[in-house]
Amino acid sequence: MIVEGPVLKYGDKIDTDIIIPARHLKYTDPAYLAQHAMEPIDPEFYKKASKGVIIVAGKVFGMGSSREQAAIALKAAGVKVVIAESFARIFYRNCINNGLPLITLPNATKEINEGDIVKVNVETGEVQVNGRTLKGKGISGMALDILKSGGIMEYLKKVSA
Amino acid sequence: MTGTLTEKILSRASGKTVSPGDVIEAKTDIVAFHDLTGYHVIEVMEKANMVKVFDKSKIVVAFDHLAPPPDVRSAEIQGNIRKFVKDVRLPNFHDINVGILHELLIEKYALPGQVIVAADSHTTTSGAVGAFAQGMGASDVAAAVITGKTWLVVPQPFKVQLKGSPGKWINGKDVALELLGKFKADYFNGMSIEVHVDNPKAFPTDYRATVSNMGIEMNADALMFVPDSETKDYIKTMRGVEAELMTPDQGARYTDEYTIELNKLEPLVAAPYSVDNVKTAREESKVPVDQVYIGSCTNGRISDFRMAAEILKGKKVKARCIAIPSSYEMFKQAMELGYIETLVNAGCIVTYGTCGPCLGGHFGVAGPGEVIVSTSSRNFRGRMGSNEAKVYLSGPSVAAASAATGYITDPRDLQ
Repeated sequence: MIVEGPVLKYGDKIDTDIIIPARHLKYTDPAYLAQHAMEPIDPEFYKKASKGVIIVAGKVFGMGSSREQAAIALKAAGVKVVIAESFARIFYRNCINNGLPLITLPNATKEINEGDIVKVNVETGEVQVNGRTLKGKGISGMALDILKSGGIMEYLKKVSA
Repeated sequence: MTGTLTEKILSRASGKTVSPGDVIEAKTDIVAFHDLTGYHVIEVMEKANMVKVFDKSKIVVAFDHLAPPPDVRSAEIQGNIRKFVKDVRLPNFHDINVGILHELLIEKYALPGQVIVAADSHTTTSGAVGAFAQGMGASDVAAAVITGKTWLVVPQPFKVQLKGSPGKWINGKDVALELLGKFKADYFNGMSIEVHVDNPKAFPTDYRATVSNMGIEMNADALMFVPDSETKDYIKTMRGVEAELMTPDQGARYTDEYTIELNKLEPLVAAPYSVDNVKTAREESKVPVDQVYIGSCTNGRISDFRMAAEILKGKKVKARCIAIPSSYEMFKQAMELGYIETLVNAGCIVTYGTCGPCLGGHFGVAGPGEVIVSTSSRNFRGRMGSNEAKVYLSGPSVAAASAATGYITDPRDLQ
């Protein structure tokens, strides 16, 4: 699974209240959530992401709440993959369950710049940028099976069929 | 082989001997959700055409985030869940008058050695009684509701030892903030923290719940107190049940460990905008405060109200103060012990059974430029309302002392 696109870059500890503020959690409609993704720190995010982007960020991206709307909002806004130095556990699972791939890449924020065009192999974790190949950690094992099925519920149907 | 508490719980739950790093399927003893996540859980089940429940007696539902409903959509969400609860005939349903989910789980349901998953990140709170408890998103919880199982990566175990007894104004919050200040918010990613208490009575379950609650702020997979005589007494008092204790084996191996001398802790705060931006209350003592919030699943229990009442007795608050016990039980006890009366006489607004201001929901949303001292769990930008509000996290003693003076205040400095 290969994904390509331009980079939007953020720092460490991008929390779920940044990704989708609590006042929007009474809704699950992807189109609505997309318009409010990253609102507190980047009100233009929705416009920037709409053509398809790759987020690069620092440590514990997605820390905080269990709100699945965080994964839904980013994907619906146009994010194709998130590359971060580390991820919060709940957010990671929510992304897998909503078909948003993730790459863990130490030093991602040092190696990759805003606007770079990045090519990512979701399974091997290889990230190509500026003529170089960086080795990150992709998605494997049960998480990959769930991602490929289209989420845990689809996976359940498949394994119980 | 000798196992940590994490390994022993997850081995029992998966039916095989597990080690850190293993991907396992674990049986869930309790699966829970509240109003704000519950409608999403039900939506996922309905969309997949899989509306069934693995064991009705093991599902717990509580209304807390939107309780009482602040708007029509919230009332609609609660109405939809009430209908689901009735249709599926779930016996463990707690409407808006009972309390916050995580508090109810430790008061009424959680037991040592259990695996608990719920659609809220602060599910880690049940670690207070020695349960392996994780928050998850709506899809994962929907799957657990249907199958009674979930998949997990077995975390690396980290040991925290609590020695001695805390000073008068020290609470579980100061232990949580000490760990966050020392290790920062990303250190425990992929780890479970097992806390061993040398002197069980010196660190009661109230305090333990605050530390476990903030395990998620440390980004730990779980934060569990090794169950002991205090755990047994708490469960016996709250439920009349004799709990069996699951404990780590002698000589269990931990990735690393850290000791906290409780008598050396000072009242701490987390300054905006990060839970690990930890300072002593004295360092921030010149900061004027607009509003104080004492409550939430982090610090809305009886010991929190005791500390607040001791500080505010005979005083009038100089900053707006909202106090919300975390459950009906806590409210009732605080009322019987006179704490509610003391707080009301000091000029606090008191209600119960809601998450309210913690997530900028209602009953005290922060305005632009305001400074809030809150006993809740998060001070992320925008968390309690305006992006331009500044939230300091503290324990109840610093919060009450700050309400009394109108400035961030170390309770030891009160005249």
